[in-house]
Amino acid sequence: MKRTTVGGKVFRAVLWVAFGLFFLFPLYAMADFSTRNLIAGGRTGQAWKNLVADEALYQAIVISLLLAVFTVVAMLLVLVPTMIWVRLRTPWAKGMVEFLCLLPLTIPALVVVVGLRNVYLWVTYFFGESALTLTFVYVVLVLPFAYRAIDAALSSIDLQTLAEAARSLGAGWPTTILRVVVPNIWSGILSAAFISIAVVLGEYTIASLSGFQTLQVQIVAIGKSDGPTSVAASLAVLLFGFVLLLILSLVTRGRRRVAADPAVPTPAPSGVSA
Amino acid sequence: MPGGNRRQVRLSDGLPLLPFFAVVVIFLIIPTVTVIVGSVYADGVFSFARIQALFSGTALSALAKSVLLSGSTAIIGAILGAVLAWLIVSSPPTSMVRRAVISLCSVLAQFGGVALAFAFLATVGLNGVLTLWAQQVFGFNLAGSGWLYSLTGLILVYTYFQIPLMVIVFVPALEGLRDQWREAAVSLGGSTWRYWREVAIPLLTPAFLGSALLLFANAFAAYATAAALVSQGSPIVPLLIRSALTSEVVLGQSGFAYALALEMIVVVAVVMVAYSAMVRRTARWLR
Amino acid sequence: MTNGVAVELNDLTRVYGSVKALDGLTLHIEPGELVALLGPSGCGKTTALRILAGLDEATSGTVSVGGRDVSNVPANKRDMGMVFQAYSLFPHLSVLDNVAFGLKMRGKPKSDRTSGAADMLDLVGLSAHKHKYASELSGGQQQRVALARALAIQPRVLLLDEPLSALDAKVRSQLRDEIRRVQLEVGTTTLFVTHDQEEALAVADRVGVMSQGRLEQLAAPADLYANPATPFVAEFVGLNNKVPAAVSSGRAQLLGTSVPTLQGSITSGSGVAMVRPESVTMSPDPAGTSTVSSVAFLGPISRVYCSLADGSVISAQMASTQARRFAPGDPVTVGVEPTGVLVVPE
Repeated sequence: MKRTTVGGKVFRAVLWVAFGLFFLFPLYAMADFSTRNLIAGGRTGQAWKNLVADEALYQAIVISLLLAVFTVVAMLLVLVPTMIWVRLRTPWAKGMVEFLCLLPLTIPALVVVVGLRNVYLWVTYFFGESALTLTFVYVVLVLPFAYRAIDAALSSIDLQTLAEAARSLGAGWPTTILRVVVPNIWSGILSAAFISIAVVLGEYTIASLSGFQTLQVQIVAIGKSDGPTSVAASLAVLLFGFVLLLILSLVTRGRRRVAADPAVPTPAPSGVSA
Repeated sequence: MPGGNRRQVRLSDGLPLLPFFAVVVIFLIIPTVTVIVGSVYADGVFSFARIQALFSGTALSALAKSVLLSGSTAIIGAILGAVLAWLIVSSPPTSMVRRAVISLCSVLAQFGGVALAFAFLATVGLNGVLTLWAQQVFGFNLAGSGWLYSLTGLILVYTYFQIPLMVIVFVPALEGLRDQWREAAVSLGGSTWRYWREVAIPLLTPAFLGSALLLFANAFAAYATAAALVSQGSPIVPLLIRSALTSEVVLGQSGFAYALALEMIVVVAVVMVAYSAMVRRTARWLR
Repeated sequence: MTNGVAVELNDLTRVYGSVKALDGLTLHIEPGELVALLGPSGCGKTTALRILAGLDEATSGTVSVGGRDVSNVPANKRDMGMVFQAYSLFPHLSVLDNVAFGLKMRGKPKSDRTSGAADMLDLVGLSAHKHKYASELSGGQQQRVALARALAIQPRVLLLDEPLSALDAKVRSQLRDEIRRVQLEVGTTTLFVTHDQEEALAVADRVGVMSQGRLEQLAAPADLYANPATPFVAEFVGLNNKVPAAVSSGRAQLLGTSVPTLQGSITSGSGVAMVRPESVTMSPDPAGTSTVSSVAFLGPISRVYCSLADGSVISAQMASTQARRFAPGDPVTVGVEPTGVLVVPE
């Protein structure tokens, strides 16, 4: 039935090439643009050096990386115990928690930042003016992705049994969560962490409209005067995200290789075969 | 007595969930409520003034352009994305290409924002690689009128993340098309064309429409890319919100931002409700 | 009216890369006959069915239906009805529309389609569910609809690809009889593929046992059961005891008796005889050399397992009322009925 004609194959190949060009060319263009020596022609690494040389940009990179770390930590601290607790003790809250976790997908970040001003008055009152206060909002932003990753991991283990076993052996809740459950949902946690890092490093809307100087805000600011550097910074973030994704897929594939032992077939009593 | 105990147990059991609820309520629910309330309350008085501003020329024009941008990129993204999804699904299932392409799509779908804007600037901007190349080879200035910074440019750039999003959402639907249906249709006398017309297309239509709706909502709510490309002017609603928030000149503009944000919520909510209706139908058929 | 046609598969071979799914299969089905292809997974039975349907292409060999070579006829022109293992009903169409689908493909007007489909649903007893959808039906009901859909086009050949494998045991036996009843009523030539020997023996006019792409034996069920032609068939169909035997001049010596050997046995020397449990005789005997080890109660029949003097275990099948005489530990004498046995090399 699946008779692939020559015409069919050529058609598909053409389509693949067209899509490939459309998606990969801009990435190549970024690499080219950011290494171009506008004055003397040829290649230069100046734009890339600016990632550390340019003070403002460097600061923005540091802030964004810190923000990413803070967000991941806060997200894990808030979400992991909550999700475990819901599964074990308060299953009636599952629908509500899931709904709230997926809600940020339907409420545009733009809307959140518009309504955030009042809330932020209080936040800055308590926590100061640093861009790191964005952590709270970013935790909300990454909820949908983190929830899905951790939920998938929790579904694949027998949480109830693990927790009961730990508790019956005398472990308190913190120990149970930290030393028994977390090691078993490691791939889900890593996945949630990496996605969160990618989202935080790429976030622009809330940071810029709240007036903070994060990496993306800085890239846009520089973009007007120094094209190559901002393109280099953008490409760097992209490559970083890609590397994270690669690491994640390697790590999770390694863990998935824990295969079940095929049941050793019991020999039939000699003389009778079915 | 059992009722009373149960309620007690429930409440204290729910305590550990407080941090989660607190974060979500403070940083998501309250801002949203603030927006809704702020669009009908001006200076503590209930008033429709802010909502009325949504019907002003500027606001309506921005809405129209936003709808045009979202609609066109949704349709283009849906069609091209469906084609790419079909390409992927009809490749041998274990091929490296297939897995690599799907992961690439997951990355590109999130590749919104600023980086995308700069990628296109580097390609077809004033000094873009493609621009310079076209200049050299054809003597034709590709970036000429600065079209990249207008609605046309946004349509092209948005398509770049709409197509991968479509692939991610639509590939499961395509994979849900069981071989048995095609073989049953064929053995009952149907040609390939009739199979598509009578079986595959009716089954895929809700998934296709639903995905297109998702693409619409995605484009409508997008901000960063447009903000990075368009530094002056506010052709679309998100950029109008930006100018309302950042303008120091005209007083009462932040109230305008509330109304605009409310408009966004309404549009996205309506689209997402329609989307989930479609998804429910799809899930029943193409599990 | 469906007049059954003859089907001929001649020397079919199907090669995938280095794997030979079919190795020279030749099978002739008489008009109106139901032939079951029986074998383990990977034996090529489904491949043969799909080649007949036109969903797969043979590497060599021909397929003829009603005397005409259809090897190059595309699947949608072969006029065959096919029932798949599961999930083949179109989920977006009602039961009635599903059944009428083939008629629609043939361009029949709406009234003919509706009446034709309704008649078929009557035949399988599902008229009351005309307007339901696949997701609202049980597995057994879905397969009956699938059967009605395949028959609605009055096909020359009916193809069933393990139609009962996905169903619960009880539904399976009910539906099995139903399929046979419908097939006899309509009279269509039918090919029924299954890995379940009970199914094959129960519904078929003839059963073809396949292994590794080849047809081991094609015979009526009773014949297949009583006279297996090869060791594979003897093992695959029915239960077997394996008892050491010595063969000479057409007879085998085992368990103290001499019985005739079946065609296909070794002609002399020692070998292993395949003895059906129901052919094993057992009588209580205080001086017997064998001991009962366990009794398995299976409803109307029971199987009594006992160990022979040399330590091997043999099972005897008898009516449960008879099995009541035996308890674990009882000494017995074991013999074998004078029917033929297949003796294979050790």
